Amino acid sequence: MSRIAGVFAGLKAEGRAALIPFVEAFDPDRATSLTLLKGMAENGADIIEVGMPFTDPMADGPTIQAAGRRGLLAGATLKGTLALVAEFRADNAHTPIVLMGYLNPICSYGVAAFCQDAAKAGVDGLIIVDLPTEEADLVLPDAGKNGLDVIRLIAPTTTDERLPKVLEGSSGFVYYVSITGITGTRTASAEDLARDIPRIRAATTLPIAVGFGVRTPEQAATVAKFADGAIVASALIETLRRENAEAVLRDVKALSAGVKGARAA
Amino acid sequence: MDSVLPNSLRNAPDARGRFGEFGGRYVAETLMPLILELEAAYEAAKADPAFQTELEYYLKHYVGRPSPLWRAERLSKELGGAKIYFKREELNHTGAHKINNCLGQILLAKRMGKTRIIAETGAGQHGVATATVCALFGLPCTIYMGAVDVERQKPNVFRMKLLGAEVVPVSSGSATLKDAMNDALRDWVANVRDTFYIIGTSAGPHPYPAMVRDFQCVIGNEAREQLMEAEGRLPDIAIACVGGGSNAIGLFHPFLDEETVKLIGVEAAGKGLETHEHAASLNKGRPGVLHGNRTYLLQDEDGQIIEAHSISAGLDYPGIGPEHSWLHDIKRVEYVGVTDAEALAAFRLCTRTEGIIPALESSHAIAHVAKIAGHMDKDQIILLNLSGRGDKDIFAVAQHLGVEL
Ligand SMILES: Cc1ncc(COP(=O)(O)O)c(C=O)c1O
Repeated sequence: MSRIAGVFAGLKAEGRAALIPFVEAFDPDRATSLTLLKGMAENGADIIEVGMPFTDPMADGPTIQAAGRRGLLAGATLKGTLALVAEFRADNAHTPIVLMGYLNPICSYGVAAFCQDAAKAGVDGLIIVDLPTEEADLVLPDAGKNGLDVIRLIAPTTTDERLPKVLEGSSGFVYYVSITGITGTRTASAEDLARDIPRIRAATTLPIAVGFGVRTPEQAATVAKFADGAIVASALIETLRRENAEAVLRDVKALSAGVKGARAA
Repeated sequence: MDSVLPNSLRNAPDARGRFGEFGGRYVAETLMPLILELEAAYEAAKADPAFQTELEYYLKHYVGRPSPLWRAERLSKELGGAKIYFKREELNHTGAHKINNCLGQILLAKRMGKTRIIAETGAGQHGVATATVCALFGLPCTIYMGAVDVERQKPNVFRMKLLGAEVVPVSSGSATLKDAMNDALRDWVANVRDTFYIIGTSAGPHPYPAMVRDFQCVIGNEAREQLMEAEGRLPDIAIACVGGGSNAIGLFHPFLDEETVKLIGVEAAGKGLETHEHAASLNKGRPGVLHGNRTYLLQDEDGQIIEAHSISAGLDYPGIGPEHSWLHDIKRVEYVGVTDAEALAAFRLCTRTEGIIPALESSHAIAHVAKIAGHMDKDQIILLNLSGRGDKDIFAVAQHLGVEL
């Protein structure tokens, strides 16, 4: 069983959803990213998503765009991001790491080499925003060979007819982009989720995590009622910018409590 | 139009939107269903004679097509070689080839029941053309434009506003065309149901590169017919500037299967191909993925996109349409570079000899003609696409000449 599947199996037994916080690599520097990865794992993160900075992040809102720019200024490269994960993995064997990013840096690195090196660094899954199912054959074989889960995005615009096609070859979990829009803008309501999540459930046995616009412990709790995971990114980046890494960990703890209390309430 | 042979170079792209290994549909899942819907709608429109008739009506009576083919005698004489013909896209309504594509796309948008238009623009020519057709059809429109370009293309910004468009300056990234395209894509993702994105060049995810090309092929089709009438034969060389590549592919495509016609695309070499300040993605870039398609890109070792540079905002883009990447790889088209300084000199040469003030973009093609025409025979023919007029550029040119307006 992959590390990601293991985590979701464990949470299912516990009867709760996963909290999946996000760290943009090297924002604002490498040391902070490492502190965040370690600290998040200790403060309730079940899985951690690591953003790979790119100059042209077309699906991201202003907050993640700016974080990516800071990461690049601090010298982030794909190689550097993998080394960061490897250092985290050296003393954490249980928290899955999912890399999120765009295709061009991966193509530039070489898809085969990247999948190999990512697996070696202890990466568990890949979310490649601009790789729809129609183009996924570019990455699927190498990801599969190296035991990396390829996590697919599903959007409100994805029709029922299209769902099976999008889910083809996906593993780990399904990432539901709960709004039509970019990261960090709107938030899906409980009614939206009550309508959308069952639609996806009907098409897959994979766990479903919800992202884009989840900000507060209350929102995370709402998501946790319907889905198997809540992904929080922009809100944490803003906290890091406004305050510091410690404050981010405080927020992660509160989000984790929100997720844990969701189904008990 | 003449028929296309089975082994023709004019059959691309394939069903996946690929020109060889280039093109494709590299977009987020939120957009994917829209791209597929657009493709189906476009295929249906293309096959519908009523759509073609409507498009032809507007091209004739609103744009003023066919645009003339002009024999540039004084320029030819001055350069002392080949006979040079200008395909005069600068005489189109709004002053460039861009409107050919905008009309095609807005008619498609209407057919699809879309009620809001967005676009990106570099020089502002595509923005003006889009704002114009939106005024014509009474649709609200939002134009994304890099903050740097807003600054250097003020007259066009004012034009767009007069036409009723909202102009959104984009300050993310390098604040030029590529960033405007990022923000237009972000807008589209957020407003998928009612919004139609009119991409201004033959780039972006499939079906845009093929669709924009088809709408621009009117340039090459007309020029071919006009030249046959004037000279009774095809040109020896057809040449155009390439930013994203729409005016060039529109000129080239009808000649792709004509082995005797040499095709030349002119990239902006900025301060020189040996410097880092240029926009020559084919000469100096390598394949990658940006804005929904695989194509040649200016990028660093880590696959991060590098800012382009050109004196002309319309060529200031670190990528190029995927069909050009393919035509470059199979060596059907030769792609050369022309510097800012050479383009400025050509701008003045054309103005002085022909009484036509060309766009700085088009001046790049003229500059290359100035390099080669003198080495050709007097009975050889160069067909140059004069993609736009230079009124928008007089401020930039004055600045470079040290003149205060
Ligand atoms: C007059 C003119 N020519 C050429 C271009 C370059 O675009 P393309 O390569 O798509 O023709 C532009 C773009 O703004 C333009 O305004």
